[in-house]
Amino acid sequence: MLEAEPKLRMRGVVKNFGDHAVLRGIDLTVSEGEMVCLIGASGSGKSTLLRCLNGLEPVDDGEIFLDSLDIAEPGLDLGPVRQRIGIVFQSFNLFPHMNALENVLLAPRRVLGKTRDQMMGEAEALFTRFGLAAHMHKYPDQLSGGQQQRVAIIRALAMKPEVMLFDEVTSALDPELVGEVLDVLRALQAEGMTMILATHEMRFARDVADRICFMDAGVMLEEGTPDVIFSAPKNERTKAFLKSILV
Amino acid sequence: MSSFQLKAFGFGTVLAAIAALSTPTYAMDACATGKTITEGKLTIATGNPAYYPWVHDDTPQSGKGFEAAVGYAVADKMGFAKDDVVWVRTSFDEAIQPGAKNFDFNMQQYSITEERERVVDFSDPYYAAPAAILVRQKTVDAGLKPEMAALKALKWGVAQATTALPVVTQTIQPESDPLFYDDTANAVAAMQADQIDAAIFDLPTALYLSAVVLDDGVVLGQFPAAQSDNPDQFGMLMAEGNPIKECVDAALAELKTDGSLTEIEAEWLQAATNVPLVK
Amino acid sequence: MNRREAYEARQRKRALILATISTLLVVAILVIFVPMAPGWEQVRKSFFSGDVFVQSFPKMAKAFLLNIAIFAWSAPLVAIVGLLIALARSVRSPALFPLRIFGAAYVDIFRGLPVVLVIYLIGFGIPGLGLPRPYNSPYIWGTVALVLTYSAYVAEILRSGIESVHASQRAAGLSLGMSERSVMRDIVLPQAIRRVVPANMNMLIAMQKDVALLSFIGPVEILRQAGIFKSLFANFTPYVVAAAIFLVVTIPATRYADYLMNRQRDARS
Repeated sequence: MLEAEPKLRMRGVVKNFGDHAVLRGIDLTVSEGEMVCLIGASGSGKSTLLRCLNGLEPVDDGEIFLDSLDIAEPGLDLGPVRQRIGIVFQSFNLFPHMNALENVLLAPRRVLGKTRDQMMGEAEALFTRFGLAAHMHKYPDQLSGGQQQRVAIIRALAMKPEVMLFDEVTSALDPELVGEVLDVLRALQAEGMTMILATHEMRFARDVADRICFMDAGVMLEEGTPDVIFSAPKNERTKAFLKSILV
Repeated sequence: MSSFQLKAFGFGTVLAAIAALSTPTYAMDACATGKTITEGKLTIATGNPAYYPWVHDDTPQSGKGFEAAVGYAVADKMGFAKDDVVWVRTSFDEAIQPGAKNFDFNMQQYSITEERERVVDFSDPYYAAPAAILVRQKTVDAGLKPEMAALKALKWGVAQATTALPVVTQTIQPESDPLFYDDTANAVAAMQADQIDAAIFDLPTALYLSAVVLDDGVVLGQFPAAQSDNPDQFGMLMAEGNPIKECVDAALAELKTDGSLTEIEAEWLQAATNVPLVK
Repeated sequence: MNRREAYEARQRKRALILATISTLLVVAILVIFVPMAPGWEQVRKSFFSGDVFVQSFPKMAKAFLLNIAIFAWSAPLVAIVGLLIALARSVRSPALFPLRIFGAAYVDIFRGLPVVLVIYLIGFGIPGLGLPRPYNSPYIWGTVALVLTYSAYVAEILRSGIESVHASQRAAGLSLGMSERSVMRDIVLPQAIRRVVPANMNMLIAMQKDVALLSFIGPVEILRQAGIFKSLFANFTPYVVAAAIFLVVTIPATRYADYLMNRQRDARS
């Protein structure tokens, strides 16, 4: 794979929660159209890293370049950055007082100033594409977990982000519903979306990721292609982690 | 019963007990014997607080003030020594609530009305109170005269249901609804806040308020007795069927006959000869 | 009927019999024994005079219309002011810290004062500064006092509602690029307000009763009208009339609030 101009470039990203250092100098570069999977034990800092990228958690130190814009700059207006970097959460976080369609239309209307009519065709196309056309007018509590998560993905896509972050998006799902969400991720990869996933789905990561990053205690310990990481990890901790997961 | 009343009552009882021990029994009129709530004592209730000019300094025991003086005069005619008079305090509600009373009679400018007579007993009247209009000087300066037509346009306040309400709602019939207050102090506050132009009180109260409480208060006029078919008369309130009523009435009749009631009135209620009648 | 249904039917029957017997017992005590009390005749005359009831009722009902009117114009104001105070207390920006302090002080002061005191101070005090008519009306300033006090309570309820909306909802909104303001308006508030509707219903019922306190500064509403009748008739029956009129309004309202609360609880579980 060619080294294109990097879409995202992190240098020495540090994040503390009080005395606890959650990210201890993360360096990571993600190219346009690349799919990077973050793996590692719970509490290793995967989720925090994603939330920092989206600006939900302010970074304490280091730089994060989105193209040529340093989005870790303190005091930066994060609204426009968040439009460019979408995030989908483990617990869906749909707005329970709105139906699926309204969930998707809200941000484009409020942030991009689009009207309902302007957005309607696009939204319908997204719902249809991800097999949810029949569920557009249902409320979140009337949808299954897998359906809710797909709506959440559509909601993020409606803002036309350049990068998508997925924070363990299948962890809260019943096993039989995981597949439908992973299919959506594959589809997005196929159309060239730049994606970073924090995931426990090792088989999926191995099958589709361009690159695997192993995080441990706030540090990026090892990264490489799925083949390298899963077949011949160099770091002892990576080996131990993979062993514990792939019994 | 408030603790204050308990105290007043207890204090009086102790005094009375000491008096009974130390002095020979006062020559008592046969009428009241066995009819008072405490044998040998006459228990009179007043307001809490009791207002000038009816009771001076909220101290009825001094005998100063119109009702305090009438109370002692009536007691005297009934054969009770000054020391045998016990004062207690009640609100209007306590005075009319069902159940045993803690007073023989209750004096706080109670108007005698037919409706009230159904629930409690009243003595014969001890004072006929003309209704009077209290206004501020600036209202007079603006050209207000004590004439009925001009009164209709005023914003009225009422603090005494029996004395003032019929005058306002039936005699004056103002253009806007009157406002109503718990006591004279609130009515005065409303007048100071310019929320009402005028209020009706019994004449002695109106004179007192204009002289002492409301800096720029003026008693604009009083209503001739003929104008209300039921002139406002104050009576002593008693439990219904109280046998002491005949004794009280007899004492009052004596006070009227010998002219002492008129003397008491002259002594304690300000002469109101300069207050014009409302036309 | 299966075994469980048969068992439950037996239980229901037992409960019904027990409830009937105990109710009858209580009614019997009230109807038979209370009138046997020595003072009953007096109490009946003072509190339950049919005559006084009939004579006072029309004017009492009319006076109650004033309570309703005052309530009707106060309630929307309470909702608006309460919301503004709740928002002031919920702002996160450090630059708006004084606003939070103001909100907190407001709530502390007006929740800490008896309503009647506020009504007195504002109802007589502010007009006393020299406002011309009609701007010194006790209706205006009494309403202001009522609104100020109840807004403090409603603000606290709303704030608890705002805080009960999970942080992840806010995060979801922000992550889409929405502004704090839009997140509050479109995502947090609609959920918060829905959650606190029952609590606010109870507040409104309380306020509806406290409208009567405006009578202290002049307006002749139902409680004052009852007081006037009490004075004229030397009889407490007008208060019983007032109580009856209040209950006709408040019982359905409290039932409805309870119904909303139960429905919400069921929806959550």
